[in-house]
Amino acid sequence: MTPKTTPDIKWNNTPEITDALVKEHGLSGEEYALCLKILGRRPTLTELGIFSVMWSEHCSYKSSKLHLKSLPTKAPWVIHGPGENAGVIDIGDNQAIIFKMESHNHPSYIEPYQGAATGVGGILRDVFTMGARPIANMNALRFGAPDHPKTRHLLSGVVEGIGGYGNCVGVPTVGGETNFHPSYDGNILVNAMSVGVADQDKIFLSAAAGIGNPVIYVGSKTGRDGIHGATMASAEFTEDSEEKRPTVQVGDPFTEKLLIEACLELMSTDMVVAIQDMGAAGLTSSSVEMASGGGVGFAFNLDRVPQREEGMTPYEMMLSESQERMLIVLKPGREEEAKAIFDKWDLDFAVIGEITDTGNLTLTFKGEVVADIPTQPLADNSPEYDRPWVKITPKTELKAADVAAPQDMKQALLKMIGSPNLCSRDWIWQQYDSQVMADTIQKPGGDAAVVRIHGTNKAVAITTDCTPRYCYADPVEGGKQAVAETWRNLTAVGALPMAITDCLNFGNPERPEIMGQFVGCIEGMREACEILDYPVVSGNVSLYNETNGTGIYPTPAIGGVGLLTDSSKMVSLAPQAEGEILILIGETKGHLGASLYLDIIEGREEGSPPPVDLMTEKKNGDFVRAQINNDKISACHDISDGGFFVALAEMVMAAKIGMDITVNCDDVPLHACAFGEDQARYILSVTPENRDQILIAAQKENVTAQVIGKTGGQALTFGSAAPISVAELLDSHQSWMPNYMTID
Amino acid sequence: MKTAVIVFPASNCDRDMIVALEKITGHKPHIIWHQDEDIPQVDLIALPGGFSFGDYLRCGAMAARSPVTRKVIEHADRGGNVIGICNGFQVLTETGLLPGALMRNESLKFVCKDVKLRVENNDTPFTNAYSEGQIITVPVAHHDGNYFADEDTLKALEDEGRIAFRYVDDGGQTTKASNPNGSRNNIAGIISRRKNILGMMPHPERLIEDAQGGAGGLGFFQSMINAIN
Repeated sequence: MTPKTTPDIKWNNTPEITDALVKEHGLSGEEYALCLKILGRRPTLTELGIFSVMWSEHCSYKSSKLHLKSLPTKAPWVIHGPGENAGVIDIGDNQAIIFKMESHNHPSYIEPYQGAATGVGGILRDVFTMGARPIANMNALRFGAPDHPKTRHLLSGVVEGIGGYGNCVGVPTVGGETNFHPSYDGNILVNAMSVGVADQDKIFLSAAAGIGNPVIYVGSKTGRDGIHGATMASAEFTEDSEEKRPTVQVGDPFTEKLLIEACLELMSTDMVVAIQDMGAAGLTSSSVEMASGGGVGFAFNLDRVPQREEGMTPYEMMLSESQERMLIVLKPGREEEAKAIFDKWDLDFAVIGEITDTGNLTLTFKGEVVADIPTQPLADNSPEYDRPWVKITPKTELKAADVAAPQDMKQALLKMIGSPNLCSRDWIWQQYDSQVMADTIQKPGGDAAVVRIHGTNKAVAITTDCTPRYCYADPVEGGKQAVAETWRNLTAVGALPMAITDCLNFGNPERPEIMGQFVGCIEGMREACEILDYPVVSGNVSLYNETNGTGIYPTPAIGGVGLLTDSSKMVSLAPQAEGEILILIGETKGHLGASLYLDIIEGREEGSPPPVDLMTEKKNGDFVRAQINNDKISACHDISDGGFFVALAEMVMAAKIGMDITVNCDDVPLHACAFGEDQARYILSVTPENRDQILIAAQKENVTAQVIGKTGGQALTFGSAAPISVAELLDSHQSWMPNYMTID
Repeated sequence: MKTAVIVFPASNCDRDMIVALEKITGHKPHIIWHQDEDIPQVDLIALPGGFSFGDYLRCGAMAARSPVTRKVIEHADRGGNVIGICNGFQVLTETGLLPGALMRNESLKFVCKDVKLRVENNDTPFTNAYSEGQIITVPVAHHDGNYFADEDTLKALEDEGRIAFRYVDDGGQTTKASNPNGSRNNIAGIISRRKNILGMMPHPERLIEDAQGGAGGLGFFQSMINAIN
């Protein structure tokens, strides 16, 4: 095809678009051909840059969207599902919860502080751009093996970056999860989640409307930082990835705080038609999404873009990922009124263009047209791949009889709760302001964090979970389990699980076995979401988490959100008094495959993960939640990583009250009973008066419930194992991370 | 009791302070934006926590030089009551209304956790609802709360009973382990010579009802009502 030129385009300063240049922009030959077809001519350099970022894996979801379509996204309480900046659910009284989780993996590995900080900043903007005041942040972090030379540096930088940003903007960081595994040695995962609250009649969307309406740029000035960040996040790492440091953006939480307040103030008026944050691919993706979403065109004069550096080219301006910027379509004639708000907050405010009826994104710079792209095909005809994939054969089941019993149950437990993957995360959580806004009613360390909806008696429960070793051993069961575990954690504090956001972290999708992991996890997630009535309302996909051909474990991190209509019903995992009766809900089969016991005590990673029976999961969870809401339960804890014995130890440490447990494992070997990770289980602590009622109610609902002991004293006594004092437990649990992070 | 809360850019505990003052005094505080020229006649001015101006210079240094802060100083010079919590305490030391400085935490890390405080002097407008030696639980959340003053200043503070609160352990002892930031003499809060100005790093406004995990901060606000009404 012979590319034609349009007379309006200034070609003098644009280099020849060679094959090498196209390749450098990450576009395949096919993709470039599609670009030529859409334009009907060859692109300018600026246009090539725009196509490159819009069609990057990070922005276009080209490898994943085919499969994402199978996830359930609807429910009567879902107001907006995937496709908007964040998911929106109805919590009654004209209020809505708006939330999303997003990855910032690649930048965080290269520059942990700024990578993690800007990850928090970006996800906050996704939430407040819809009109919500952010009320809580959470995260899911994966690092390499503790003895990997970079792990300490990365953990330290990421945690400081998350705290540095979240603490300054004044949104509490209420917890999260942190795992260590060698599969993340070369690719850490930093997944940040934000939750906000808005009035349902004050929710803002990004679709632009109104020919002639002004398009406004607000926030920080545009610099050269983060150019091609989205492209970097769409490629594997190699030895020279360190050189990509300049593509990592720098966060300015002070400006973000001002931007939150200014935008919410603007949104309290009736001036805003549409609003969108500038995230990955900055001005490009925000303008294309707003224009294509509304079926209109945008004409920008790039000379008006506030710039931090001199001599910036249109290419640089369109591809910059400078942080803390928003694009707004205003009602006509309201510019001065809006500007006064941004002046008050000392933020840049510039009318950079207007809405046109051309359907094109038309950019002029120094009086010349430098780009003129039809936005609809750019956004909607982006490539979609059905990448080849192979079904992953689940690992075979490992019988408990094939796993040796520990020499000493007490020592085994102490070793487990003092191990990197089960030890106390206080060292991390204390670096986050978890209480600012004064509505955090369950702090980090419980099954789920709970934050009150300000000025009401309602509260939102939040958790992030995933067990990558399960997903690796069996992607379908692992995908199910990740969803089910969030559902269980929300249930364990008394909340009704409502919806999830997902952050799907995988390796290189061009490898069929990685695609097979992806497809498998999605299948498991879909099944769990359907049966638990727990739709996906937002999310993000991060692929190419590989270094030199070695991928991470499949990690579909799930962020779950639940509602407590009466926050006074909330329970924690800490029994309230001595003499309470402990009841185990669910069946113990002693599944040790893919367990932490196997990993920590035996040094093995083998076997299939525990199967998730979703009907039992639902039955048991609904029962537990009903009992909590009927005020029958003093404390509740779900059983997950490390199994029954570890869960008991966590309850003892939370309450600083001992327990006397009578072990009745039937045919299951003692160590499998203690450390097996069978699903759908909870431990309840109840007053003696409520004991019988709960057992009768459980029987009626066909829920397996068994009295296992009572609280009291200052030691955890587990059958015939030597008693373990509260002090011994705490000492083991709390010492690993501070010791590890103390550099002499 | 009439109150005012000063809001600087990136103050972020302003709402918590406003909610606490309204709940306890029954009246909504005046909210004063840092560019406002005047502060109405009030009984108490509160400088809330946060990261005023991003704390990109020394914490509190920019806010201390903000025009509205001059009005706060005038109010204090007239004997008016002023409290500064966390970043507000940093602003007060930067203005010189309180002596000493808040340095980076000894751990060099931000620290957020509940701490135990011992009430050192209950003969002040901010502590009279507590008994002397009472142990209360209040959260801290700061990066720069390591109170420092030279020997003479420390001696004066100690001799004049101007230490309001000290970090202690469960048994009420001032140990190194109970000190979250390395403050000299485990100092968590101090008052001015005329007893009308208090600065403290912990956040009493975050613990005023049981749902928040305790109400250890309630006495702080009750004290001011006792003193002023």
